[in-house]
Amino acid sequence: MAVHGVSLEIGDTGVTGLVGPNGSGKSTLFHLITGFYRLDQGAIFFGRHSIGRLPPHAISRLGLIRSFQHTRPLPFMTVLDNLIAAAPGQTGELIWALFLKPARVRREENDLREKARGILRLLDLLPLADELAGRLSYGQQKLMELGRILMAGPRLILLDEPTAGINPTLIRRLVDVIHRLCEQGIQIFLIEHNMPLVAKLCQQVFVMDSGELIFSGTPKQAREEPRVIEAYLGRENHAA
Amino acid sequence: MDYLLHVMILALIYSVFAMSLNLELGYAGLYNFGHVAFFGIGAYVSALLSQAGVPVSAAMLCALAAAGIAGALLAVPALRVSGDYFGIATLVFAEMFRLVCLNERWLTKGPMGLPGIPRPAWIAPGVDGMPAYLLFTFLAAVGTFVFIRRLTGSPFGRALRVIREDEHMAQAFGKNILLFKVKAIVAGSVLAGWAGTLWAHYISYISPADFTLTETMLVLLCVVLGGRGTNWGPVVGAIAVVFFGEAVRFLPIPQALTRYVAPLQGIIYGGILVVIMMKMPNGLIPEHRRKNA
Repeated sequence: MAVHGVSLEIGDTGVTGLVGPNGSGKSTLFHLITGFYRLDQGAIFFGRHSIGRLPPHAISRLGLIRSFQHTRPLPFMTVLDNLIAAAPGQTGELIWALFLKPARVRREENDLREKARGILRLLDLLPLADELAGRLSYGQQKLMELGRILMAGPRLILLDEPTAGINPTLIRRLVDVIHRLCEQGIQIFLIEHNMPLVAKLCQQVFVMDSGELIFSGTPKQAREEPRVIEAYLGRENHAA
Repeated sequence: MDYLLHVMILALIYSVFAMSLNLELGYAGLYNFGHVAFFGIGAYVSALLSQAGVPVSAAMLCALAAAGIAGALLAVPALRVSGDYFGIATLVFAEMFRLVCLNERWLTKGPMGLPGIPRPAWIAPGVDGMPAYLLFTFLAAVGTFVFIRRLTGSPFGRALRVIREDEHMAQAFGKNILLFKVKAIVAGSVLAGWAGTLWAHYISYISPADFTLTETMLVLLCVVLGGRGTNWGPVVGAIAVVFFGEAVRFLPIPQALTRYVAPLQGIIYGGILVVIMMKMPNGLIPEHRRKNA
């Protein structure tokens, strides 16, 4: 799906929503922001940094971390290792350091393990720390992925349909965690189809249709905006 | 007795060679079909330098460096393409290396090869030096094993496995996948060069015919048969491949079939390996053992 002429700004507003019918270019926009797709034209700024031409790993290093629409666990690693692996800039990832600074590598590894345990506790996943990630339920994997993002030290988190396909109990837990992250000053930008949830979570919402931004404002305004209603209902009528 | 020593030395050298490929194939998921080139570069650089009067130990170190540099030179352009195309690029690289060895006679003596490659000063030449050379290759293999275990058991090895399993995920978490892959190939190439020097100074004669696709396939077999992505897998695989390869020589083949000895040995050898692969597709030592599943 091509995205065209989209211009938006996410302030320090906590949670920002991105909604729109299927195929409206929401995930494409996420891919563009995080460097997985290349921009044909235009620019993207993250704080002072121009990130429009940066590769994905460099964008991630700035603290802009994303999730993917479908869960991507590392199924043969434990939940704990899934989290630890996500930490950026590990000294032990340098070959020379393994042999010249083994003590530092070991210390860092222990610190990361403690940090990962702390995050698992926050997510209520600590009892599953040593389980293989592939054995978790879909919803648990989604929570684990949020844990992985937290390991990466995010300043802005992009979540692509975080609640799709998970049960109400886990959704409540997720919402709880999102609120706590906002309290810590972490910004969240999420794609979500669950409109009541968007209304509850988001201070600001953007609506896309056919690759273009058609609305920005509060969730309440969005529900009353004729173009938004048309974009949703128009598609549904068409489908029916 | 000498024959047994010979087989053991071969198995150890193949272990080192297989461990080096496993770092790329097993841990980083890179199908390098040109791995023999680095084995060859190690062998040729070490042989040429030692024949030019450089002490063998110094020649060996230079060979490792040369193999590593060659690995980086291959990796940087080859990794711009991925998957199958990377495999093709490495295959072409190995063929280029072989053709250069074959045609640059002023340097490599072409198809005549390089005879009389000296052994390290403390090891006697010929059969007398075999026990000492066995000890040397054994220590070299242990050193390689410890080195690789340190790499693969570390955050570096973990990052390689993450990249192997899911490149996008790795990128989303700030891993520079190109850099990691280049490092894996350089490390793998240095160790393949190490195996090549061990082999050249042992066998004392090398020629371009020693560095064909067949060698790459053989070492690939060692890795896959033993169990890719495990530290012991390539060692066990190399020992199995060398052992079965030698054992078929002793098969009692009836007089009437004497003409067909070599093909029969090949068929049986191939058959054994096919059966092992069919029964144990993840190798003799699988990476993910089922936990009370």
